[in-house]
Amino acid sequence: MTKRNILVYFRRISQIFFIILFFYLLFQTEYRGGFTKDITNPIRIDLPVKFFFEIDPLTAISTVISTHSLYKDLILAVVLISATILFGRFFCGWICPMGTLHQVFSAVSPAKKGIKRIESNMGHSNQVIKYYILILFLVAAVFTSLQVGLLDPITFLYRSVTTAILPGLNLSFSFLTDKLNSFDNPYVQRIWDGIYSFTHDYILSFIQLNFHFAWVIGILFLTALLLNRKETRFWCRYICPTGALLGLFSRFSLFGMEKAHDKCTDCNKCLLDCQGADSPQGRVDWKSHECIMCFNCEKVCPEDVIKFKFFPNRASTLTEPNLKRRWITLSGFAGLFIPFFSRGSAEFKTNFNPKLIRPPGALEEAEFLARCIRCAECMKVCPTNALHPTLLEAGIEGIWSPILIPRIGYCEHTCILCSTVCPTGAIRSITDEEKVGSEKVKPIKIGTAFYDRGRCLPWAMAIPCIVCEEHCPTTPKAIWLEEIDVPAPNGKIVRVKRPYINPEVCIGCGICEKVCPLQDQPAVYVTSIGESRSKENQVLLDSSRYKQ
Amino acid sequence: MGDNNIDRREFLKRAAKAGIAIGAVTGGAFLLHNRDAVISAGESIAKVKDFRITGDALPQMAIAKGDSPAKIVKAAVEGMGGMKRFVSRGDIVVIKPNIGWDRVPEQAANTNPEVVAETVRLCYDAGAKKVIVTDMSCNDPRRCFFRSGIGKSAKDAGADVQLPKDYKFKKTAIKGEVLNIWPVYTVILEADKIINIPIAKHHNHSTLTLGMKNWYGLLGGRRKDLHQNIHMSIADLAAFIRPTLTIIDAYRILIKNGPQGGSIRDVRMMNTVAVSTDPVAVDAFAATLFDKKPEEIGYIVEAHKRGLGNINYTELQPVLINI
Repeated sequence: MTKRNILVYFRRISQIFFIILFFYLLFQTEYRGGFTKDITNPIRIDLPVKFFFEIDPLTAISTVISTHSLYKDLILAVVLISATILFGRFFCGWICPMGTLHQVFSAVSPAKKGIKRIESNMGHSNQVIKYYILILFLVAAVFTSLQVGLLDPITFLYRSVTTAILPGLNLSFSFLTDKLNSFDNPYVQRIWDGIYSFTHDYILSFIQLNFHFAWVIGILFLTALLLNRKETRFWCRYICPTGALLGLFSRFSLFGMEKAHDKCTDCNKCLLDCQGADSPQGRVDWKSHECIMCFNCEKVCPEDVIKFKFFPNRASTLTEPNLKRRWITLSGFAGLFIPFFSRGSAEFKTNFNPKLIRPPGALEEAEFLARCIRCAECMKVCPTNALHPTLLEAGIEGIWSPILIPRIGYCEHTCILCSTVCPTGAIRSITDEEKVGSEKVKPIKIGTAFYDRGRCLPWAMAIPCIVCEEHCPTTPKAIWLEEIDVPAPNGKIVRVKRPYINPEVCIGCGICEKVCPLQDQPAVYVTSIGESRSKENQVLLDSSRYKQ
Repeated sequence: MGDNNIDRREFLKRAAKAGIAIGAVTGGAFLLHNRDAVISAGESIAKVKDFRITGDALPQMAIAKGDSPAKIVKAAVEGMGGMKRFVSRGDIVVIKPNIGWDRVPEQAANTNPEVVAETVRLCYDAGAKKVIVTDMSCNDPRRCFFRSGIGKSAKDAGADVQLPKDYKFKKTAIKGEVLNIWPVYTVILEADKIINIPIAKHHNHSTLTLGMKNWYGLLGGRRKDLHQNIHMSIADLAAFIRPTLTIIDAYRILIKNGPQGGSIRDVRMMNTVAVSTDPVAVDAFAATLFDKKPEEIGYIVEAHKRGLGNINYTELQPVLINI
């Protein structure tokens, strides 16, 4: 292997390694049971599943801007920023799993070949759009509205795979399972049991997950992938704010390209597989901020025009994007517009949405939105499929932030996993004691349950039921019963137990709503009122809330 | 005649293609045509065998008291004549504890893990080929199996601990008064013997949840509907599954806030295990631990009426063991 090939070789190994690591950590963001540990061990996710979010410099910098602090392990981003200062935007070409995915989708049966492909890799002035997107997001973050997660590649990929791709995969697998089961052949079933165990231990989730309006997220994800048919790594070149941020840091890079312009024969072979559209060819300036260090150009150049080295001659290098002051100002104003426009709309603050039930440990709404990047880690780890991406429940500003939909899944009483995987502390780190409460600590409330007496079987139809009371996990139970004789339709008197809610005790976990036998619209339901995180969204008089 | 005319060969070719296409569409439609208005399910309905052992010479019920859960279950089974009487060499035994809730053993919401583990060991000592421990939990099964301690203790005793899998349910003929055909966990279709190991608990709706109520945990589907006729549906299940043995764990019992409890203030130590081949009698005995008369509990009365066992458990002359 020649020296020129070896960097490309290492780059591919690195890409394969990191994309496998990304998906492995994503699949393992789930408590999968296991019978080896002693029961005194708390249930936690042992792997560092937040890793990719913690090295993500955009997550770190934008949350520092919106909250004035660097949360826990987000400090790992320092490593990546320092490495970028040394080596340029190598993250995009060597590590970013979204970038690797784009590269694969660009390379497999490409839409453009030959001269058209070369032309499409010549670079376009619109590539600066990603820098304006970055400015817009960072300005919005100054005003505590954190929107980077909409387009940050790690977040975008994690959210899309978790909420849109995996549930579909799981469903198709179940479909196959049912078909094979219907054969009733012991050998087929034994083989399938093995495949089933493997996929459910390592890839698919324990139960079929379904997410609220996941198809919207799925369509956006497919669109992002299909844009590679238009141009190689379209997302990385035009959209990605993280790439833009790294591009800005790469201006200090010690490592870079040097060109021997006089040797260039204009064969344009370097442009054929150029990933960043950063002008590697001779007789033009190399745009270091666009280059993602794939080294394809150095490998193919027949005349040795292109050389990557430390401390290169920068005579023909552009280290900064060509940004126009007018557009910088405009994107800054757009960033200002996001928080104030969306918060001026009535969904935020002025009118609490009863369906906006946040996960336990979620910060007060304004602080929450200043931290939540909508990565969907909490939705992935939730064992009961309770957490979902919002669509408009939290206003346009809070799109895809987590809400709990009890009808689909309830909050497991002793579980605190969502608070352990949140990379930015939007769901703060809570203790097991805080979750269930004790003599010293009040339990965390996420809402309060209410009965619809017109639908509840004992209340409306003289039919015994109280499945809700059986499942209520608090001590004493938040559902209490009144035994009463009521007339039944046949004229007889029957004794039923009518359920009531004790709002002092109810924590809003929603298991009552989940198990209510009225399938379409449950007779008991939870709304966000009474949630611990809010001072205003309350029903009961509680003087302790106003003590500091 | 101009160039527009086609030759005979071309005419026949096109006509044949059109003919085949029409034939295929019409044939397919006739083949798939459903002349009945009702769509048949086309699904096989499974049946469950009777797991009871034959012959009733030896004791039919034993009650053991003592400080160690493992020792009292062992003593009670020995009082019944030993596990060899119930489990034969090469048997596949399914053990059905109550692993319904995400609770630790001290909260007495699930069967005691040591009781389960000891039963697994007794089955293997008696020559069982495989012992399966499973339940269809109410809370997240992964958490229930772990925090109840049953996952680890049964696994350490050599059992095949199975978390419920959604495709392992099969429509099964229950043929009861309220339960006709219901999805049932297929593990019982593979079993030679079944041992029911519930924990005795308070239950606001059915008064107490004991042995017969524990069969809810083998059902899939919309089992939350069963509460509307709880005593009849429990009796239906008792008639549907005739277990080899029922072992009621009353080492700790939950006297309030059942069936999932939560506070150890609601737990009372009884240090008792009751074993019987008669599921009605053993439930009747367990009711007395809560200072209740068996006649107060609807499903025990109903099961007795249907001839599934004897509500007057003293007639079985239970063997009493104190260790």
